[in-house]
Amino acid sequence: MIESFVPQASSFAAEIDNLILLVTVITMAWFVAAQAIFFGFIFKFREKPGQRAMHIDGYKPEHKRWITYPHNAVLVFDVIVLVFAVKAWNHVKIDQPTPNTTVQVIGQRWAWTFVHAGNDNAVGTPDDIKTADELHVKVGDIVRFEGTSRDTLHSFSVPAFRLKQDIIPGRVNSGWFQPTVAGTYTIQCTEICGIGHGVMAARIVVDTAESYATWMAANAPSGT
Amino acid sequence: MSATDHAHDDHGHHEQQNFFLKYFWSTDHKIIAQQYMWTGVFMALIGGFLAYAFRMQLAFPGKFIPGFGYMSSLEYNAAVTNHGTIMIFWFAMPVLIAAFGNLLIPLMVGCDDMVFPRINRLSYQVFLISAVILVSSFFVKGGGFNGAWTAYPPLSANSDYNMAPAGSSLWLIAVALEFVAFLLGGINFIVTAMSSRAPGMRMWDVPIVVWMIVVASILFMLSVGPLFAGAVMLLFDQNFGTYFFNPERGGDPILWQHLFWFFGHPEVYVVLLPAMGMSGEIIATFSRKKLFAYKTLLYTVFATGIISFFVWAHHQFIAGIDPRMANVFTVTTLIISVPIAEMCFLYIATLYGGSIRLKVPMLWGLAFVAEFLLGGVTGIFLGASGADIYFHDTYFVVAHFHYTFVPIAIIGFFMGFTYWFPKMYGKMLNETLGKIHFWITILGFNMIFIPLFFTGMWGDHRRIYNYSHFPDLVKNGIMQDLRIMATVGLLIMLSAQVIFLMNLIKTALSKQENCGPNPWKSNTLEWTAPSPPGHGNFAVMPTVYRGPYEYSLPDRESDFWPQSEPPDADKQA
Repeated sequence: MIESFVPQASSFAAEIDNLILLVTVITMAWFVAAQAIFFGFIFKFREKPGQRAMHIDGYKPEHKRWITYPHNAVLVFDVIVLVFAVKAWNHVKIDQPTPNTTVQVIGQRWAWTFVHAGNDNAVGTPDDIKTADELHVKVGDIVRFEGTSRDTLHSFSVPAFRLKQDIIPGRVNSGWFQPTVAGTYTIQCTEICGIGHGVMAARIVVDTAESYATWMAANAPSGT
Repeated sequence: MSATDHAHDDHGHHEQQNFFLKYFWSTDHKIIAQQYMWTGVFMALIGGFLAYAFRMQLAFPGKFIPGFGYMSSLEYNAAVTNHGTIMIFWFAMPVLIAAFGNLLIPLMVGCDDMVFPRINRLSYQVFLISAVILVSSFFVKGGGFNGAWTAYPPLSANSDYNMAPAGSSLWLIAVALEFVAFLLGGINFIVTAMSSRAPGMRMWDVPIVVWMIVVASILFMLSVGPLFAGAVMLLFDQNFGTYFFNPERGGDPILWQHLFWFFGHPEVYVVLLPAMGMSGEIIATFSRKKLFAYKTLLYTVFATGIISFFVWAHHQFIAGIDPRMANVFTVTTLIISVPIAEMCFLYIATLYGGSIRLKVPMLWGLAFVAEFLLGGVTGIFLGASGADIYFHDTYFVVAHFHYTFVPIAIIGFFMGFTYWFPKMYGKMLNETLGKIHFWITILGFNMIFIPLFFTGMWGDHRRIYNYSHFPDLVKNGIMQDLRIMATVGLLIMLSAQVIFLMNLIKTALSKQENCGPNPWKSNTLEWTAPSPPGHGNFAVMPTVYRGPYEYSLPDRESDFWPQSEPPDADKQA
């Protein structure tokens, strides 16, 4: 569904897509069944000359069970959705696997600044590489991001990774991702941030090990 | 002088009122209902025009928009902000809660007017002032507020960021006054329904729409307080240098989100319940069936109301709240699907064994259920926290909530309006024009929002004035085709309203006889009053003998049995 238009380029993209597929199958089955019964009743019980409506108050057990059964079924399906939703959520948002590298994501009206950790895998050191609107990561690396904002709310969203995290001034909202497919993907800002919200885009370049090393060497600050 | 004499005096006095006093200074609940309704419809036209303007911009980015001109990015943001604000606070609320609440509660519980008629008048006046302030905010320096209807700070709090210092404050003042208006109205609805019921009307005999409006009013009263406080705090942040939501000075922007959504989510049910209730009344009447398991339906309403206070943070899954907290709100959000689904099941079950007449109000009533079902099931995608990581702030969300709000507000307005039109004006609307209007509106509506599920699923994020800045979102030709299709759908839906207007004019000019008190052969009390009901509503104050949905009893010749018809009269008949 989604992957036909938006590639799956992170380790958890497939899990989220499968969750969405599961929810789609469940909800569409309910939707189609409910509509079929609904329109079936409208057609079957349309006004006919000489035919009277039934008098059913809905409290007799043989009538009420037609509500109780679907009621219980909804509960069961809710639990199924819940299990897989929480599983995906915990994987993406709560688990924090040990990162290979860290990057600072700084949102400001209407651009992104990225502070790459450099060779020492720690930000705030002299070998940091600072870029605007282009984030470089190595394919297969587990990347920890620490997001913050200089002004309004922003949201760091990489559709190809199925990743989204609001970025808030005064806080550090962190998370992780592991790119799995080399390529260049779009970073969107998905939280309205003023007049330039509609042009606030950046790129994330998932490099192969070789091209990442080349990029690092070419961009390393002088003197490190 | 006895109380009866007094009542008579008041009645005589009312007849002499001049036009202004009658239509602009009235304490009559029916007049106030119409003031709310027509003000709401007028505001909906503004909201619809804004939708037209920004959908044209999205379909044909940067092109001239007939009737609007060229749209800048800031104007786009202001248009989507005020479209949302108007449609919820100045269309859905006044029409569904205030207009139908005012019209129906006294008539359906069988009393002569609201308990506090002057508070009722004040409610509308405050509402009207709030509407004037909101509309005037479009014309001040910097234009209208542009920080989205959720008004998240710091964007909303700091005019360096939103560039609309006057517009954003006026917007907040208007919203706050609107809350005041509905608090004044809501207290009236609750008290009137609880204390002014006709003799014999037990709690189980109250029509379901009245119950739903009462529960909606309670939800509103319990949830709006925090946001009202928040609105004042935000106003202070904007204008008086406080830092409630400014992290540089110890404030917290997330606090606003909690205050906003603690109100904002119950608000969904505040507007849903009256529409759901009207749909129930209409389905019962036009299928000639007793509402299936009235008490169960009522319990689902209470359950929905209670659970609706515990789901708000599902709007903030990825806002930076503690991710463990998201799991709690995923559970509550999925639980609320149970009572809502059950309401739909009960309505579908009501159709079973009916004798269904597809009159225009019934078409709207059924369309409400059919369309709302899609809005309901797509909510599961967003309540499921894992999936919400992807869908949050995409057009999938836009399509989802329009599949709830359009059935609620627009289909809800038309179903209530067409069903109670004979009661309000004593005439019948034209059925043929009504059906044409119905089908074109429904076609247009689905054509707008079905494509938006797909653009959202394929990456369109919200509040973007021109997608050509995002190569990913235009490189596939289908995406722009879907956006254009949605805009064409909107044009169809908007132009269908001309047919509605034609129907109104045709009906107003027609010389048809008075439709009588009960043209739909319905059971509830409003249908025993004359059409339109005079001052004081009922010629003889009704007494209630039974529940509101006694249709098609097997041992009776007539297929309906009005609530106020004495049992003896039937035996003689």
